[in-house]
Amino acid sequence: MTVAAARTLRDGQVCFVGIGLPSRAANLARRLHAPELVLIYESGTIGSRPEELPLSIGDGILAESARTVVSVPEIFNYWLQPGRIDVGFLSGAQLDRFGNINTTVIGEYDEPTVRLPGAGGAPEIAAHCREVVIVMRHARRAFVEGVDFVTTMGHGSGPGDRCALGLRGAGPTTVITDLGLLEPDPETAELVLTAVHEGVTVEQVRAETGWELVIADDLAVTAPPSEEELSTLRSMRTVGENGP
Amino acid sequence: MDVATIMSLPEAVAELVHDGDAVALEGFTHLIPFAAGHEIIRQERRDLTLVRMTPDLVYDQMIGAGCAAKLVFSWGGNPGVGSLHRMRDALANGWPRPLEIEEHSHAGMANRYVAGASGLPFAVLRGYLGTDLPLHTSTVATVTCPFTGEELAAVAALNPDVTIVHAQRADRAGNVQLWGITGVQKEAVLAAKRSLVTVEEIVDELEPTPGAIVLPAWVIDAVAVAPRGAAPSYAQGYYDRDNAAYRAWDAISRDRDRFTAWLEELKGRAS
Repeated sequence: MTVAAARTLRDGQVCFVGIGLPSRAANLARRLHAPELVLIYESGTIGSRPEELPLSIGDGILAESARTVVSVPEIFNYWLQPGRIDVGFLSGAQLDRFGNINTTVIGEYDEPTVRLPGAGGAPEIAAHCREVVIVMRHARRAFVEGVDFVTTMGHGSGPGDRCALGLRGAGPTTVITDLGLLEPDPETAELVLTAVHEGVTVEQVRAETGWELVIADDLAVTAPPSEEELSTLRSMRTVGENGP
Repeated sequence: MDVATIMSLPEAVAELVHDGDAVALEGFTHLIPFAAGHEIIRQERRDLTLVRMTPDLVYDQMIGAGCAAKLVFSWGGNPGVGSLHRMRDALANGWPRPLEIEEHSHAGMANRYVAGASGLPFAVLRGYLGTDLPLHTSTVATVTCPFTGEELAAVAALNPDVTIVHAQRADRAGNVQLWGITGVQKEAVLAAKRSLVTVEEIVDELEPTPGAIVLPAWVIDAVAVAPRGAAPSYAQGYYDRDNAAYRAWDAISRDRDRFTAWLEELKGRAS
């Protein structure tokens, strides 16, 4: 999944990185095929090139290795808001068929069954980046018919919704999971299974998806991770962590 | 011209932080004012409205200690580790007391501080579009641009009663210098009615440092020396983030008894 996510990033792109899976994948891409990938973290670090992976979005290694460090109001107002950033790289707890993300609550807002961290930078990252890539583990409780709370808007309730609200970015263009890849159908904006990882069946993906999943006619199989991709991934350490 | 008074941390908290205040402890991962938060716990402040973009461990601790009536925030978690269990327990079970929340996006919170620092009643941004956040948050609205007619998000200014930040150093006059990730600290201090800055050390002269910002003594009420006052977060140039402590907090905070034991130990330690 991390390798597949890394492959979606192209060299020279400017990427606004969320913590966790997105950060791991973006840093893998930078070590492999995209050495000039510009990583921006919401703590205000622009052009970070960390030797080790950060645990948080504001670890010292991000600031020390950055081209420049700006304030938090500045990163959102001057850098994100005007649409300067190519890719927003996000994750979430729940995702629906239109790529809307929930990171706020499972259940009712006032009496949730699970209280999640909340929005962070995601609503505006998804609004303003030219496109959004989502990386999430594929599970039925996460890939749901409708999210319990729209923290971050993907394609809303279908085609035209983003445009009607004045959202300028394209929204989610790829969802990478541990089972395969989903991409929005250009007509319906609904996420469609366009590729599976080697050894994964369509039935497996359907079983872990909470909506009636449409399968692309030309369903692809992703290339298995290369030796180089795997060894690079395994060599990446999180700051303060010992051993693999 | 009022200038910052250099005093001890217990004196500064006693003088500047009152029951019922809206208190902002800022620091975006870096320079989180843990020592000040712990002193507020020791002095048993109650009914506080705690304001912070990223309530991490320090607010989990203050919420668990019963200091807070309300939390204003945009992302509440233990970064890279998981949930804030004391915050969750307060929200779900009212333990040790019920907690009201007001939540925003980061862009919204940052702009609320900018409006507060700018002496404006609100700030304008492109934000919150298509999200459910405005349904639950009275401090977000829409405004129409008088020049283009475009609809934009408006967020109410934040003007905390007191803002507390941690910095690397101050001089003897109380001018404060901080560098590295400086987050929203300048805005949070300028937006506040009163302010306290804890520092790693006091020096004779503030040497210029690349990327540093200086908060002049005349916008600060008190400066207190608190070496390692940001630990287990970090102070660039002084010490690293203690990621192991962030991971260890998960188990301590999950269990009320373990948390209570942690709290008793903290209260027994002088700052």
